[in-house]
Amino acid sequence: MRKINPFPALIAAFILAAVGLTVENEYYLGVAVIIMIHALNATGLNILLGYTGIISIGQAAFFGIGAYISGVLSATYGWNALLTFPVAFMGAFIIAYIIGWPVLRLHGHYLAMATLGFGMIIYILMNEMDFITGGPSGLMGIGDIEFFGLYFGLDQAYFVLMSVYFVFVLFMLELFDKSFLHYKLKFIKSSESASNSYGLDTVQTKLLVFAFVAGFTAVNGSLYAFFVHFISPVSFSLKYSIELVAMATVGGLGYITGGVIGAVILGLVPELFASAEDYEMLIYGGLLAVCVMFVPGGIAGTLSRLRKKDA
Amino acid sequence: MVRILAVMVIILSCLTAFAGEVKLGALFSETGPASYLGHPEKLTAEMLVAEINAAGGINGDKVVLVSYDTQGDEQRTINYFKRLATKDKVFAVIGPTTTGSSLAVKDLAEKFNTPLISCAASATIVTPVNKYVFKTPQSDIHAAETIFKYMKSKGMKKAAIITAQNGFGVTGRDALIEGAKVQGIEIVSDEKFGDKDKDMTSQLSKIKSASPDAVICWGVGPAPAIVAKNAKDLGINNLFMSHGVASMKFVELAGTSADGLKLPAGRLIVADRLADSDPFKPVLMQYKKDYEGKFNMPVSAFGGHAYDAFSLFKLAYEKSGADKDKFLAALAGTKNFKGTAGEFNMTETDHNGLTSDAFIMVEIRDGKFEIAQ
Amino acid sequence: MQFLYSGLTGGSIYALVALGYNIIYNTTGLINFAQGEFVMLGGMLIYTLFAVFGMPFIIAFPLAVVTALIVGLLFERVFINLVRVKSDINLITVTIAASILLRDFAMHIWGRDTVTVGEFMPVKSIELPGGVISNQSIMVIAVGACIAFILHLFLKRSKYGRAMRACFDDMTAAGICGINAVMVRVMSFGVAAAVGAAAGVLISPITFVTYDDGLMIGLKGFAAAILGGLGSFWGAVAGGILLGLLESFAATIMPSGYKDAIAFVVILLILFVKPAGLFGKRMAKRV
Repeated sequence: MRKINPFPALIAAFILAAVGLTVENEYYLGVAVIIMIHALNATGLNILLGYTGIISIGQAAFFGIGAYISGVLSATYGWNALLTFPVAFMGAFIIAYIIGWPVLRLHGHYLAMATLGFGMIIYILMNEMDFITGGPSGLMGIGDIEFFGLYFGLDQAYFVLMSVYFVFVLFMLELFDKSFLHYKLKFIKSSESASNSYGLDTVQTKLLVFAFVAGFTAVNGSLYAFFVHFISPVSFSLKYSIELVAMATVGGLGYITGGVIGAVILGLVPELFASAEDYEMLIYGGLLAVCVMFVPGGIAGTLSRLRKKDA
Repeated sequence: MVRILAVMVIILSCLTAFAGEVKLGALFSETGPASYLGHPEKLTAEMLVAEINAAGGINGDKVVLVSYDTQGDEQRTINYFKRLATKDKVFAVIGPTTTGSSLAVKDLAEKFNTPLISCAASATIVTPVNKYVFKTPQSDIHAAETIFKYMKSKGMKKAAIITAQNGFGVTGRDALIEGAKVQGIEIVSDEKFGDKDKDMTSQLSKIKSASPDAVICWGVGPAPAIVAKNAKDLGINNLFMSHGVASMKFVELAGTSADGLKLPAGRLIVADRLADSDPFKPVLMQYKKDYEGKFNMPVSAFGGHAYDAFSLFKLAYEKSGADKDKFLAALAGTKNFKGTAGEFNMTETDHNGLTSDAFIMVEIRDGKFEIAQ
Repeated sequence: MQFLYSGLTGGSIYALVALGYNIIYNTTGLINFAQGEFVMLGGMLIYTLFAVFGMPFIIAFPLAVVTALIVGLLFERVFINLVRVKSDINLITVTIAASILLRDFAMHIWGRDTVTVGEFMPVKSIELPGGVISNQSIMVIAVGACIAFILHLFLKRSKYGRAMRACFDDMTAAGICGINAVMVRVMSFGVAAAVGAAAGVLISPITFVTYDDGLMIGLKGFAAAILGGLGSFWGAVAGGILLGLLESFAATIMPSGYKDAIAFVVILLILFVKPAGLFGKRMAKRV
């Protein structure tokens, strides 16, 4: 077992604290919160794609399921925000488990298409079941997070909450990266038949990982819903699933920091190029293509190779 | 990360406001499915701002327009609205273009203390009334009423509706169903279509089998043009459209199948066909002349909504100056303003101020809008 | 009965798109996520040539198809060829990236607005038992069938077609027999792009063209290919028509918004229950 490297989490904590202390403008704090949410989603996908070899082009669906479960429970039924998180997690976990049972037996292109199809079906349901979801015009009136007398309705407070959660998750990921599970998953990725002959229940393991990441993504969806207070199906379309694939790939598949790096870089694109917004997708597509073609391992992979060379 | 911080700091330091100017935010769907609504709105707003600044501004304050393209997307609209309110620090916002987007930012207007004058049609934007939210287009309720009254005058009693699955279509469907009850029209078939659908033949043939006297289609963008095409193929006559397609762009898309379509619309698109005695004619002709002269394209009702929104802003700001509460009071107190959509008479409880008189029925004949007989 | 006629029109298009998937799959074992973009490209090209430049349709149509073919060849050279590690994940991601780029270039060239191509011929409705069909739809079905037939001859009889099939059976053996496998791969992308573009041209007067049309039609074409059995020529045709009919029938019995879900439910069901498709041969798992 390798030594735990706490630096990524510490660096993130430091940067977030610096941002929180110096940036007073609500707008940029909001941008930071959204980027953190993207980063968490991309990291979740990275665990599937980079570690386990599960190609999922339907992560936006789980993100949306979480957002809608929390959104509807809060807006329509007036639940306390905090209580909706476990429901969102469990809801997505169960759905992912059910859907994963047949889907994860597929491989390669078939798996990609099956998850994509699942994502599209969920997207269409969000649009069509307007009696629950509010349909294409979206769901309004989502409440705020409030617990122990702390109120997270303001962007500054939300930024703090999100930062704490984000650093915590990064630390947990580092533990995962150094755990036995990591090696088990990479073994499954490199050869499923070999893992089977070693007595690993590959399907069961993949299923649990898939469902757990779905639940995790759903929790991010809840965090998103309570931050923006308005959700509509557009945010959970295929486009977002593909953006996540791009973030994970550009950042570096199979590296724990990959999802974060990719999300920060691609997440800042629309902010830095707000006037040249037309080029947003061009940058996404271009970076993605270049990374796949010429930079295996993405940015995190390149960085770690460089570091090894120096050492 | 350091680069990002540096960029942030630079942008922040650029944000010092100058005296003697008023920042006006604009959120229009310049592109996307609703682009033929948003594009003329944007052009109109830019034209009017240039005009007013050339004339010395409002009360000496130059108007600075900060405009973003929402692409008709709710999430983008929210982001841009927040950006306008907190980063650009605008005084008020005109737009958004579409109903869905307007509803999405309705609550934010109050939260960020930023008045909003929407250019979208649905009555739900101003009911229940929000102190900060106004709108300039005629309401869908009035449009439905105008269609039903026209139908009754022709002896038609049974209508079929086919509505878009978007904010405009969904609220329009409610308005149609409500309006039909009031006017005593029977709705014999109720179908829907998606914004991006390519073929509505199945829905229309279902409608056809219910043999209605008229079919009413409620949507914006290319989809209603496909409905018109499919309806023509199926031999459905008496197709009515909503005011959401009152633009030459729609006529272009639908081509020959637009012939004979009827829709409720503001007077603007038939301005030159109005009698000279019509009290609205001078305003309409002036705007038509300015816009068509400048951009070399025909006016549409939507550019008119932006014209009205900007005019309302101007009138209220003239009275109030930079005081937001006074501005809101002045806006809610607008009386007898003759805009392109009709005569606005706002009250505390009516933040639209138009009645169904603002609509007339028009018909598309040979690729032109004519007053329907 | 009406659903039958409109279903056939849509189905012919899906069938052509599905054929495009098959051509590439049969030679390379790849699924090209950008296949739908070529349909959009076909529509945009015919708009430029026919509506903007005013060329006669009989010239504009082949010209649009040939242009798409060239784009298809370049597509393979730039995106597929340059991928260093040709793993499934990488190839999937690169075609996704390519589809984003194609879509975005189209947006910059032709704008975000929907464009109208106009009509290739005066539109007439023809009364049939239980419904009507426009002569535009008949053209789509007829020309679609012609293209499928020509393609069938091409794959069965021509030198290239045989080489393509040989490559699918055994890439190494085909190489030993003197077939230039790279050439075949490049050709298959070109032909697939051309077939997709032809579909785009045919459908354009009925549905108009928007820069982001490719995504949905591509996915539905894939559903059709899966339904008929990936790799099977007549399976793709049957799958396409079946999917068109299913969609159009679904719109008559349930809220029409669910219509689009049909294709994806089909993808999932077929993959779960009978991954070889309705008409496909059972394939061995490659380890």
